[in-house]
Amino acid sequence: MTTATSYSPEVLLEIYRTALKIRSVDGGIRGLIRSGNLAIAMHPPTGQEIIAAAMGACLEPTDYLVTIYRGLHDQIAKGMPIKKLVAEYFGKATGACKGKGGPMHITHPESGVMVTTGVVGSGMPIATGLGWASQLKNDGRVTVTCFGDGASNIGAFHEAMNLAAVWKLPVIFLCQNNKYAECTTYEDATASKTIVERASAYGENMAGVAVDGNNPEEMWTAMRAAVDRARAGRGPTLLEAHTFRLSGHYFGDPSPYIPKEEMAEAMANDPIVVVRDLVIASGAATAEDLDAIQAKFEVEFEEALEFAKNSPLPDLIEVTTDIYGAA
Amino acid sequence: MSDTKTITFTQAYTQALDEAMAADPTVVLLGEDIGDKEGGGVFKVTAGLSAKHGAERVRTTPISEQAIIGAAIGASLAGMRPVAEIMFMNFITVAMDQVVNHAAKLRYMSGGLTSVPITIRTRTGAGTGNGGQHSDMLEAWFAHVPGIKVVVPSSPADAVGLLRACIEDDDPCLFIEDGVTRTVKGVAPPSNYKLELGKANVEREGSDVSVISYGRPLQDIRKIAESMAEEGISVEIVDLRTISPLDTETIVNSVRKTGRAVVAHEAVRSFGVGAEVAARIQEFAFDSLKAPVMRVASKDATVPFARTLELDFLYKGSDIEAAIRQTLER
Repeated sequence: MTTATSYSPEVLLEIYRTALKIRSVDGGIRGLIRSGNLAIAMHPPTGQEIIAAAMGACLEPTDYLVTIYRGLHDQIAKGMPIKKLVAEYFGKATGACKGKGGPMHITHPESGVMVTTGVVGSGMPIATGLGWASQLKNDGRVTVTCFGDGASNIGAFHEAMNLAAVWKLPVIFLCQNNKYAECTTYEDATASKTIVERASAYGENMAGVAVDGNNPEEMWTAMRAAVDRARAGRGPTLLEAHTFRLSGHYFGDPSPYIPKEEMAEAMANDPIVVVRDLVIASGAATAEDLDAIQAKFEVEFEEALEFAKNSPLPDLIEVTTDIYGAA
Repeated sequence: MSDTKTITFTQAYTQALDEAMAADPTVVLLGEDIGDKEGGGVFKVTAGLSAKHGAERVRTTPISEQAIIGAAIGASLAGMRPVAEIMFMNFITVAMDQVVNHAAKLRYMSGGLTSVPITIRTRTGAGTGNGGQHSDMLEAWFAHVPGIKVVVPSSPADAVGLLRACIEDDDPCLFIEDGVTRTVKGVAPPSNYKLELGKANVEREGSDVSVISYGRPLQDIRKIAESMAEEGISVEIVDLRTISPLDTETIVNSVRKTGRAVVAHEAVRSFGVGAEVAARIQEFAFDSLKAPVMRVASKDATVPFARTLELDFLYKGSDIEAAIRQTLER
């Protein structure tokens, strides 16, 4: 579907299918933590699925992704195999990174997941380098770097945006504005009214677009344009996608800083529910079709879970391997 | 001697970069002011390279150290071999997150799926009147991070061989260039000269005391060893060349033979490379020791500006000689 040039019910269904897949894994992992079957630090992407799904629908497997600790949705949308992800969450030898990276440091070059950083904002400078390599090699690849509204206040954001604009790099800065920088409100931490207005500080080479990230059509259309622009060598884009974080900063975060009414409204507008109705209304799938898709993903997660549980722990030799490459 | 071709340290760095770029199209340079349009770098190491290899491959950057190191990391993940210039070593502090959390760890955290074959060239050293923020030797910080290789040359020929080895290495390398000795000449190496990383060099064999060092102090140690030889004192010189990973075997073998050790470096004394070397000697060569391991280093202070203060801050050749004599008294 990455070749789709205009929005259609089929594109909508593809986006929703990916969003369902993300929610099944996200929900499954949260369930495991809740029931005491998995003890990890997790930063759930709950509520931000449409952004990632629309992004994935516009990218080729060879395109690069640099994401952050809240990156499960981005990784799945980029095509990462669920088994490798879940096994990595369990710290098993069969995980994407042999259990050495963990949830905040996922890498899977086969699907283009080049870096997942646990440090806010640090992925953006690295993304400029991936884009620079594509420019040097003229390989037509696009790099997407995902981050939150909070990361737009760290220096790395400015350095990377400026470099990308000066060098006209094929990089998309995808800001998933979920209104809270960890536990601090957008207004208390960010001086500019929007993130996207910061794009104008980087001149003509940097495009700036803001959308409702939970609206699949708006999100897909903006992403499609940004990808086309980057691939054609016309430069980077700052894409601000508005969304909301339904499971707090980390799993178990009681989120006392989010007003109850705001949370209730966001829950009532859960994109998984809202977009389901859009898909059915579009005629791309029936309620029964979607139930079947969801059931299939739940089975897929259960299979990944079994795979992870039955996989061996990493050999202790791994503690001192991969520090340097072979001499 | 008059027939022997000599080059300066600066010419050595340029030679290694030039030859690496000619040999491998994935080698690209980035850094502040490094293109010929900007004068070929503040220290002229990259002078002529953008004219020869193209401005695409010798890319002048904004003054953005995080972006410089980040861009180098990203490009390396996509198959390039970037060489980033950080004008002064103190400026790496601006990019510590990229160096420590990313360059050093991506291979490990990805379980070996990715690697970061970048070289960071940087210039430093006290003695040039640049004061506290342009002079520090910070090699111990980076040697304390598994995943980075730290390299310091002590002669122009070694500079060519070690810098080339860093560029061809599959891991991030920090290559430290001394500002004071950049115009010092040494024997020119043959073209495409390469040395092995992680190997110390016993550059002078001796039997009474091992002097273990790297970088600038070797200029002093060579003269000291020569003059002490006239007194019948036999000094063995071990040039580490690579600080990390440290060549414990060569150090230990030397001290087992001589029974005495002096470790000398320009960096401040406390928590430095000298402490690590001394610790390894007592761990692995304790029974051979005839005297305590001595350390010679600069004073635990910020590098001061006034010439008299700066010279007093710095280690001195006479400190090294005194330390050698002290170990021989036992």
